Amino acid sequence: MADLPHDTDPQLPPAEVADVMPPHAHGWWSHYVFSQDAKYIAIQYAATAIAIGFVALVLSWMMRLQLGFPGLFDFITPDAYYQFITMHGMIMVVYLLTALFLGGFGNYLIPLMVGARDMVFPFVNMLSYWIYLAAVLVLVASFFAPGGPTGAGWTLYPPQAILSGTPGGQQAGIVLMLLSLILFIIGFTMGGLNYVVTVLQARTRGMTMMRLPLTVWGIFTATVMALLAFPALLVASIMMLFDRLLGTSFFMPSLVELGEHLSYGGGSPIAFQHLFWFFGHPEVYIVALPAFGIVSDLLSVHARKNIFGYRMMVWAIVGIGALSFIVWAHHMYVSGMHPYFGFFFATTTLIIAVPTAIKVYNWVLTLWKADIHLTLPMLFALGFIVTFVNGGLTGLFLGNVVVDVPLSDTMFVVAHFHMVMGVAPIMVILGAIYHWYPLATGRMLNQTMGHIHFWVTFIGAYAIFFPMHYVGLVGVPRRYYEIGDPSFMTAPVDGLNAFITVAALTVGAAQMVFLFNLVWSLRHGRAAGHNPWRATTLEWLTPVVPPEHGNWGAKLPLVYRWAYDYSLPGAPEDYVVQTDPGPKSPAAAERL
Amino acid sequence: MTVILTFLASIAMIAGWWLSRQGLMSKPWLESGAPLPQAELPSPPPHRLGTAVFLAVVGGLFAMLGSAFVMQIDETPWQLVPLPDLVWFNTALLLLSSLSLHVAGRSRGHSTHIWLALGSVTALGFMVGQVQIWTTLTDNGYGLSEAPAASFFYLITGLHGLHILGGLVALALVWFRLAQSDDPKTKQAPIGLCALYWHGLLVIWLLLLALLLGLGNEFLAMCRSVLT
Repeated sequence: MADLPHDTDPQLPPAEVADVMPPHAHGWWSHYVFSQDAKYIAIQYAATAIAIGFVALVLSWMMRLQLGFPGLFDFITPDAYYQFITMHGMIMVVYLLTALFLGGFGNYLIPLMVGARDMVFPFVNMLSYWIYLAAVLVLVASFFAPGGPTGAGWTLYPPQAILSGTPGGQQAGIVLMLLSLILFIIGFTMGGLNYVVTVLQARTRGMTMMRLPLTVWGIFTATVMALLAFPALLVASIMMLFDRLLGTSFFMPSLVELGEHLSYGGGSPIAFQHLFWFFGHPEVYIVALPAFGIVSDLLSVHARKNIFGYRMMVWAIVGIGALSFIVWAHHMYVSGMHPYFGFFFATTTLIIAVPTAIKVYNWVLTLWKADIHLTLPMLFALGFIVTFVNGGLTGLFLGNVVVDVPLSDTMFVVAHFHMVMGVAPIMVILGAIYHWYPLATGRMLNQTMGHIHFWVTFIGAYAIFFPMHYVGLVGVPRRYYEIGDPSFMTAPVDGLNAFITVAALTVGAAQMVFLFNLVWSLRHGRAAGHNPWRATTLEWLTPVVPPEHGNWGAKLPLVYRWAYDYSLPGAPEDYVVQTDPGPKSPAAAERL
Repeated sequence: MTVILTFLASIAMIAGWWLSRQGLMSKPWLESGAPLPQAELPSPPPHRLGTAVFLAVVGGLFAMLGSAFVMQIDETPWQLVPLPDLVWFNTALLLLSSLSLHVAGRSRGHSTHIWLALGSVTALGFMVGQVQIWTTLTDNGYGLSEAPAASFFYLITGLHGLHILGGLVALALVWFRLAQSDDPKTKQAPIGLCALYWHGLLVIWLLLLALLLGLGNEFLAMCRSVLT
C-alpha cells in the first residue's frame, strides 16, 4: 500500500482521509475469487443473489401451477406447497432483494460514486460475501435435507414453525433456515459497516453529503436501518433455535400435540411476532430506499433534467427511514392488540405515506417538460413509479385496522405487497442493470431483447397482480393449498386463477430472455465506450472503463458540483459532470 | 418494545446531531464550483468509527434481547433468577479490564505491556467467572430449559460472553502485533480500538445486569403508574 499524491486546489477543503491504494491482488485466486475489490465482490453478490432468485422464481411457478390447476400435478403435495411458499418468500425478500441492493449495487456504486478507491475495510468486505454465500448454501441444503425445507411460511411464526405438523418443523428444515438467517445477518453486518463508514469517511474532496447522488443516500440510509433492524431477526432466530434444539420456551406456550403434553411452557408466541416485524417492516424500506435512490438517478439521467426537490428527496429518505421503525405492529392487527395501539400504528403507517408521496411527486415533476429518452432504464423507472403508486394505494387501505382485519388473510394482501415490494423494486433492479451494465462490462445490453423483456414483464406483472386484488376481495384466502368448496366466495375465480398462472409463467420466461441477454451481451453487445448515457456522476468518469483496481488512476477526482447538472442554460453540452469546475450555473453566478 | 425504542431514540439523537452538521439546508444546485466548508468537518479515523458503528449494532442486539425479556416478564408470572454474589466480582473484573485497556492505550513503552496484560487477564477472569455462575445456577436447579427467566439469563450472558470472546481474539492479535512491530504509532491504535470496544461491552453489561435484576421492569412499572 502506498500513499498517493494529493491535489492542492485552494478551492477545496483538505482531504479527510489519506489517499491510499487498496491492497493489490496477487494471482488468479485473490483477483477473481477471494477478491477484496468491491467491484468484484459486487458482481459476486449480484450473481449469487440472481441465481438464488431464479430458484425462488421457479418455486413461484410451482405455487401458481397448484393454484391455477389444482390437483393436476401430483408432485405438488400440501407439504411441498407450504415449503414452496416459505422458501419463495424468504429468498426473494432477504437473499435476493436485500443482498442485491446492498451487497450488489452498494458495493459497486458506493466507492465509485463517492470518489473512493475502494471500501474502507476490503478484507471484511470480502468476508461479508463469503458468509453470505455460506448462508445461501445452507438454505439450499435444506432442499436436500430429510423432510425438506421448512414450510412454516416466510414469517416463521411459532409455535407451529417448530412443531411436527409443519413440514421441516421437527426435522432439519427449520434449523437450517434459522442457521442460514444467522449467517446472513453476520455477513451483512460486515458489509454494512463498510458501506456506512465508506460513505462517512472515504468521500473524495468536495463531495459533501449534499452533493451525493440519491442512489448513495438511499443505500446509505437503508444500510443504517438494516444494521439496526437485522439484530431483531438475529435475536428471534437464535431464540427459536434454542427452543427447537435445547428445549427452552422463549416463544412456546404450554401445548398439547396429538393428545400429548409437550415439555414447553411459559413462552410468548406474540413476542416473536414483535421481534420479527420489528425487523420485517424496516426491511420493506431497506429494499425500497435503495430503489427510491436509484430510480431518482435513472429518471434524472434519462430525462436530461435535474432531480426535482433534491433536498426534499434527502429529507424524505431520512424521514422514511426513521418512521419505518414505529409502524411494525400494523402487520399484527389480527393478532389482537389494545385499540389505542392499533390507532397509533395506523396513524404512523399513514404518516409514512407523506414523505413517500413527496418522492413520487418529485419524480413526476422531474419528468415534467423534460427531454425524456425512452431508453430501457427509463422504461423500467417509469414502470416502477406506476407500480409503486398502485401498490402504495392499497397500502393505505391495509394500514387501517378495520379494513385490514377482514382483508388480512386474503390474496388482496399478497397482491398488495407483491406490487409494492416485489414488482416495484425488481423494476428498479432491472432498470439499474440496464443502466450500469455498460459500466461493469464495457458493453451495452441488447435492445431488442431488452424491450421484449420490459414489455412482457411490465404487462405480465399487472396481468398477475391486478386480478389477484380482485381474487382477494371476493374472499380467497392466502396460504391455502386448495380452496375446496367455493360457496363462501362472492364470485367464481377458477378462470382468473388459471389466467394468473399463465401470466406468471410468461413473466418468468421473460426473465430467461433477460438472463440470456446478460450472458450474450458480454461478448456480442455493442461497445459502450466512456459514459454512454452522458451522466454527470463520478462512476462514469474513471480513466478506464470498466473501472480498474483503485478506480481512479494516480489522483482522486475533485468534486465541484452536485450530481444533477443537466440541461444547464449556456453550457456547451446538456450535462456538466461533477468534476467540472465551471461554468457555474446561472443562478449561482447571479447569487455570487 | 420499550427498551429497543429507547435505544433507537438515542441513536436517532446522535444521527440528528450529525445530520444537522451536514448542511441539509444547503442548496447544492446553486453552489457549484464552491466548496461547502461547514459540511466537511474532520472526523474520527475509519477504524474507530467502524468500531463505534459496530458497537451500536451490538447495542441494538442486546436492546432487542432486553425488549423480549421485559415483554415476557410482563406477560407471564415470572420468578427472576437469583443471581449469586459472584456476579458483582465479575462486574468489578470487567470494569478493571476496561480501565486497564484504556490506560494501556494512552501509556508508552513498558507500561503499555503491563496495563495490556492486566486488561487481558481480568477479561479472562470475567469469562471464567461467568462460566462459574452458570455452573452454580445449574446446580441450584436453574438449568437452561427449567424456566423462561433462566433461559434468558443463559442466552443474554452467553451472547455477551461471545462478544467478549471476540474481543479477546482481537486482543491476541494486538499482542501479536506488539511483538512484531517497533513503531509506537501502529502499536497504540489497535489498543485504543480494543479499549473502545471494551467500554462499550462494559456499558452493555451494566445495563444487562440491571435488567436481569428486574430493575428494568420496576422502572417501566413506575413510569406506567406515573403516566396513568
